[in-house]
Amino acid sequence: MSRGLISPSERATPAIRRTVRAVQTLLLGGLLLAGLGPVLWLAKAAITPTQDTLRTPLAIFPTGVDLTNLVTAWTRVEIGRYFLNTVVIAAGSWLVQLVVATTAGYALAILRPRYGKLVTAVVLGTLFVPSIVLLVPLYLTVVRTGMINTFWAVWLPAGASAFNVVLVQRFFANLPREVLEAARVDGAGPARVFWSVVLPLSRPILGVVSVFAVVASWKDFLWPLLVLPDPAVQPLSVRLPALQRYVELDVFLAALAISSVIPVALFLVFQRLFLQSGALEGAVKG
Amino acid sequence: MAVQSPVRAVAVVPPPPARPRRRRTPVTWVRRGGLTTLLFLVPLLVVFGVFSWAPIVQSVVMSFQRTNLVGPVTFVGLDNFAQVLDDPLLWTAVGNTLWFAVLALVFGYPIPLVAAVLISEVRARRGLFSALAYLPVVVPPVVAVLLWKFFYDASPSGVFNTVLGWAGLGPWQWLQDAGSAMPALVLEATWAAAGGTVIIYLAALAGVPADQYEAAEIDGAGIWRKIWHVTLPRLRGVLLVTFILQIIGTAQVFLEPFLFTGGGPANSTMTILLLIYDYAFASSLGGDYGAATALSIMLAAVLAVLSALYLKATKSWSAS
Repeated sequence: MSRGLISPSERATPAIRRTVRAVQTLLLGGLLLAGLGPVLWLAKAAITPTQDTLRTPLAIFPTGVDLTNLVTAWTRVEIGRYFLNTVVIAAGSWLVQLVVATTAGYALAILRPRYGKLVTAVVLGTLFVPSIVLLVPLYLTVVRTGMINTFWAVWLPAGASAFNVVLVQRFFANLPREVLEAARVDGAGPARVFWSVVLPLSRPILGVVSVFAVVASWKDFLWPLLVLPDPAVQPLSVRLPALQRYVELDVFLAALAISSVIPVALFLVFQRLFLQSGALEGAVKG
Repeated sequence: MAVQSPVRAVAVVPPPPARPRRRRTPVTWVRRGGLTTLLFLVPLLVVFGVFSWAPIVQSVVMSFQRTNLVGPVTFVGLDNFAQVLDDPLLWTAVGNTLWFAVLALVFGYPIPLVAAVLISEVRARRGLFSALAYLPVVVPPVVAVLLWKFFYDASPSGVFNTVLGWAGLGPWQWLQDAGSAMPALVLEATWAAAGGTVIIYLAALAGVPADQYEAAEIDGAGIWRKIWHVTLPRLRGVLLVTFILQIIGTAQVFLEPFLFTGGGPANSTMTILLLIYDYAFASSLGGDYGAATALSIMLAAVLAVLSALYLKATKSWSAS
């Protein structure tokens, strides 16, 4: 393990060691309070009766646990259905983004047609355009084509991510040429090279793109709010603010907790991938 | 890992090899794989064409038109722009958005930097520290806002007011008061976003070479002077990048004012994006699409300048 800011000899000094330990304990306490605290509170409130949460929000189960909140939220409030919508929307967006980014990346980085530079430039250009500019015309396109209240209205626009294309294209461009050449000499056509050589070699970047795609889809609010006005097809993010108005508080908090389970679980399982992608975001996103 | 410097990598795509000059006919084009290449580009061309390029052009055109979904379309020149610039609410929204940006810098800029420097010096279980810092980022934003809305409950038994009560303070009005509503929004936004910035700084801190610290120590530098003379200068590039990213992000703040306050109380949290949304979608009589696109084009022009600065900053950062 390489050293950082504080040198080994400084670490050996008792005063510095004590200070470092104290600061790190405070830091851990602060992170637990700010990072984990609200999440744990939500988990607690999800199984606490409304009156307890209203009167003494910070007491831990003053009159016991009420697990029926979760069941009520899932069944009577139909969180199960919105949950499924969210999953279907995320899965479709993921697939469309992966197809667009990998095929385009392959064509632009490896097949390299003469007009490739122009296409790359026009794709990169969209990075400068904030998504708010697209909002009204895209909405009118969706209305005109009859895609309103269908998942296509969310899936297809998700594919137009210049960020993904750039990421994948750069990764493909750095793949070892010899391997691709060898496959070509063995008689593999472009499609075969794409499917059997390029894609298997690109698992790391496909993982990053997948995390971005699923997380972004799960977080998205404004776009699905506009194009999915029918509650039957809405994802959780759109449905939750509406539910707030007519669902009892304890059930509502249970619904919030259920909505957070998948992203938090994904994060705990793929922690390294998330943190890596998070660092990458600063390098490319615009 | 190969994906760590994507910004730089685009420059090293080698130029296409020179092809032997021969007559190019559609047949030779197909035989050389031109058609296959084009087929691979079809998903990109269709999806970007319909859902990105066309709407961008359309947005510019619509900003010069008066249109709703039913009536005929008429060109009105710069009327939409004039109408938006004459709207007193626009200047409220611009002021509020700037206020949000300033507050977000005051709260949100130093905290992740300090946290990242501290976390990078943790020896045991550093992963736990960064995971805890990142956890709020993975809570869905809508859930986070609705949860904090409950935390901000103005009654004495609200979550935050209970804590204030322990210190003998409060109860505060939080979202119901025109003065405190915006800071309350920023506090939640900072909580939700800080972890992402921490991770970016941690990656940059890992790249500070140890021998620079050693050289500083030989010159007799203590911990503070090492931070001042080695760490911060090495982070200058990434600090600029996160600064510009934050400005671009806060200029487009929508979710917090939309869900927390709907722009109130007394328009104290009306932001530019909320105003665009209101122009286009809030009226049940049909949206004022001309005004909405005109305002979004103006905002985009400002942001494009910032994005260009950002791109320049990332280039010099990854080159250093």
